[in-house]
Amino acid sequence: MLKIEDLHVSIGEREVLRGIDLHIKEGETFILFGPNGSGKTSLLMTLMGFSGYAVTSGRITFRGQDITRMPMFERARLGIGMSFQRPPTIHGLKTRHLVQMCARGRDIDPEALAAKVNFVDFLERDINAGFSGGEIKRSELLQLMAQKPGLVLFDEPESGVDLENMQLIGKVVRRLLDGEVEPLPGLSMKAQKGKVRTSGLIITHTGYILDYINADRGQVLYQGHLCCEARPRDILEHIRSYGYQECIKCLNEPSGLQPLEITRTAS
Amino acid sequence: MKDVNLGNFSFTGIERGEISDLRTLDASDKHRILYAGVDLNACDGSAVFMHMDQSTVHCKSHDPGLELLDFNVAMKRYGDLPEYAWKLVDRDKDEFTRNVAENTHGGYFIRTRPGAKIEKPVQSCLFLKADGAGQNVHNIVVVEEGSELHIMTGCSTAHSATKAAHLGITEYYVKRGGKLTFTMVHNWGENATVRPRSVGVVEEGGVFQSNYVLLNPVGTLQMYPAIHLNGRGAVARFNSIIVTPEGSHVDSGNRVIMNAPDTRCEIISRTITTGGVNIARGHIAGHAVPCRGHLECKGLILGGGQMLAIPELDATVEGVDLSHEAAVGKIAQDEIEYLMARGMDEAEATSTIVRGFLNVDIMGLDGPLAQAIQEQVEQIDAGAM
Ligand SMILES: Nc1ncnc2c1ncn2[C@@H]1O[C@H](COP(=O)(O)OP(=O)(O)OP(=O)(O)O)[C@@H](O)[C@H]1O
Ligand SMILES: [Mg+2]
Repeated sequence: MLKIEDLHVSIGEREVLRGIDLHIKEGETFILFGPNGSGKTSLLMTLMGFSGYAVTSGRITFRGQDITRMPMFERARLGIGMSFQRPPTIHGLKTRHLVQMCARGRDIDPEALAAKVNFVDFLERDINAGFSGGEIKRSELLQLMAQKPGLVLFDEPESGVDLENMQLIGKVVRRLLDGEVEPLPGLSMKAQKGKVRTSGLIITHTGYILDYINADRGQVLYQGHLCCEARPRDILEHIRSYGYQECIKCLNEPSGLQPLEITRTAS
Repeated sequence: MKDVNLGNFSFTGIERGEISDLRTLDASDKHRILYAGVDLNACDGSAVFMHMDQSTVHCKSHDPGLELLDFNVAMKRYGDLPEYAWKLVDRDKDEFTRNVAENTHGGYFIRTRPGAKIEKPVQSCLFLKADGAGQNVHNIVVVEEGSELHIMTGCSTAHSATKAAHLGITEYYVKRGGKLTFTMVHNWGENATVRPRSVGVVEEGGVFQSNYVLLNPVGTLQMYPAIHLNGRGAVARFNSIIVTPEGSHVDSGNRVIMNAPDTRCEIISRTITTGGVNIARGHIAGHAVPCRGHLECKGLILGGGQMLAIPELDATVEGVDLSHEAAVGKIAQDEIEYLMARGMDEAEATSTIVRGFLNVDIMGLDGPLAQAIQEQVEQIDAGAM
C-alpha cells in the first residue's frame, strides 16, 4: 500500500529525515514512536505533501503510484487521509459543509457519521472555531470517516483527550482501520470487512491508542532515522523501562536496524 | 472619490414603453438581471417593478396589503408626497441629487397597510440598456406600523461594457413596530457610474435590515446609506459583500445614527479586492443611552488592488456602547492546505474559503439568487489565481 524508500527531507536548510525506509501493507497498522523533535510529524506531513517539506532524495509509492511529487489533493483523492493536530479555523465554513466536501460526491449522511463521534451539535459551527483539543480530534475523525481513506495518518490521537473521549476516539479509529462502514445490503458483515482494508500510520507517545486497535508493527524514529522494529507494545515497554537512549545504542550496532529483542539482551 | 462628468451621459430621450410580461425580455437581459438577484422568469413577488433606462416599464402589486406606484404617479396622486419626498435626502446635497430632483425619470413608491405582513418579497429591477444613458430614479418605501416587508432590488446594465450612469434617491420610512428587509444586488459593468443616495428613519421598535451584494466590476460607485434610529428599541443591521476586480472603484459604507434609548445596530462588511480600489467606510453614532453598536469590516486582497477601511465611532453621551473591528488580510496557506488534504484542488479550496469569508449565508438567501451568487464567487477566484 505504502512504500517509502531512502527518503530524505529538509525543512529549509535543515535535514529532518535522513534516509527512511518503510513498507506498510494493505490493512496493516504501523505505530511510530520517537522522542520530541525526532521527525515523526515531519514524516506524516511529507507523506501528505505539505509545502515546506522538501524531499531531497528518495521515493514514496502509494497504491503502486509514485507520489513523491504529487500535489496534496491528488494524494487525498488517491486515498491518503490525515488527522491534523492543530487544524486552522475557517470562518464561515460550516463543519457540515466540510464533511460533505470530504465525501467528494459520495452519498453520505453527515448526521449519522457525526453521531458516531458525538458531534451532531457541532455540524452548524464554523470548522475548528473555538474547538477544544478533544473536539478537534472528533472533528478530524468525522472528516476522515466521510473521506474514507485507504491509509490513515494520525498524529498523536491521544493528546489533549480525556479518558472518556479516549475510549470514543479509540473505538472510532479502530472502526476506521477495520473498514467498518454502514452495512451494505446483500453482503454479510464478514464479506464487507474482507473488502475494505484500511492501513494506518499512527504516532503515539503514550501508547493509549494501542488498547483499542490491532497494531501489527512499530518502529522508533530517532534523529531522522528509523530503528528498532518490533511489536508496538514491546517498543513501548522498552521505552518506558530504558528510555530512548537505548535507540542510540541500537543505531550504533553494525547493522543499525537490529530487532529489539537482541538489543535488549545485548544491553 | 473618482470624478464624474454627468455631461458624458444623456439624461433625456431614452424612454421605454410598458412591458406587461417581463418574461418577454431578451434572454441575455434576463440573465444579467438574474445575476442582480431577480429571476424574471419566475416573477412571483408580492409586487413587481421594473425601470428601464428612463421609464418605468412595469409596476404591479399582487398583494392587497401593498401599494406600488411609479414615483411620478405617486407624486401627482398624493400632492408631491409632502411627508416623504425629499424629507430625508437633501435635494441640494450634491450634483447628483440635484440632477435627480430636476428630472426624475421614475422609481417606485411602495407603501404597506398598517399591520400587513407581506409574505413574498417585492421584486424590483433597475435596468440600464442603452449605451450612454443616464438614469434618475427616486424611490420611497413606507412600512406602516406593525407591518413587515422584504424588497429585493436588482440593478443591472445590459452588458458588462455598457456605458451608463445610475443616480438613485431612496428614502425609507419604517414606522413603529415595522420591519423592512432590503436586499440589493448590483451587477453593473466597468463603464458604469453609480451614485445612490439613501437615507431612512426607523421609529420605535422598528427594524431595518439591509443586505447588499456587489460581485462584479463597476466603473465607479460611491454610496453611504444612512439610517436614523429615532424611536426607542429601534434596530438597524447592514450586511455587505463587495468585490472589486481590476478597474473597479468602490467607495461604500453604511451609517447608523442612534438617537433614542435601547437602540442597537450592527454593520458587517466583507470585501475582497482582486485589483480594484475598495474604500470601506462605516460610521456609528450614539446620541442616547442605552444604545449599542458594532461595526465589523474585514477585507481580503487577492492578487492586487487597494483596500482602505475607515471605521468611525461617534459617541456624545456617557454610557453608549460602540465597538469596531477592522482587518485586511490574505487567504492563509494553512487553510488552503487543510482543504487540499481533504481532496480539494487549489481553486476549490480557495473558493470554499472565500465563500466562507464572504459570509454569504448570513443573508439567508436561497433559490436562484443564492446559486447565482455562488457561481459568481467561484468566478472571482478563477480570475484571481
Ligand atoms: N517549520 C519548521 N521550521 C524549522 N524547523 C522545523 C519546522 N518544523 C519542524 N521543524 C524541526 O524539525 C524537527 C522535527 O520536528 P517534528 O515536528 O517532525 O518532530 P516530532 O517527532 O513530531 O516531535 P514531537 O514528538 O515533539 O511532536 C524538529 O527539530 C523541529 O524543530
Ligand atoms: Mg509531532
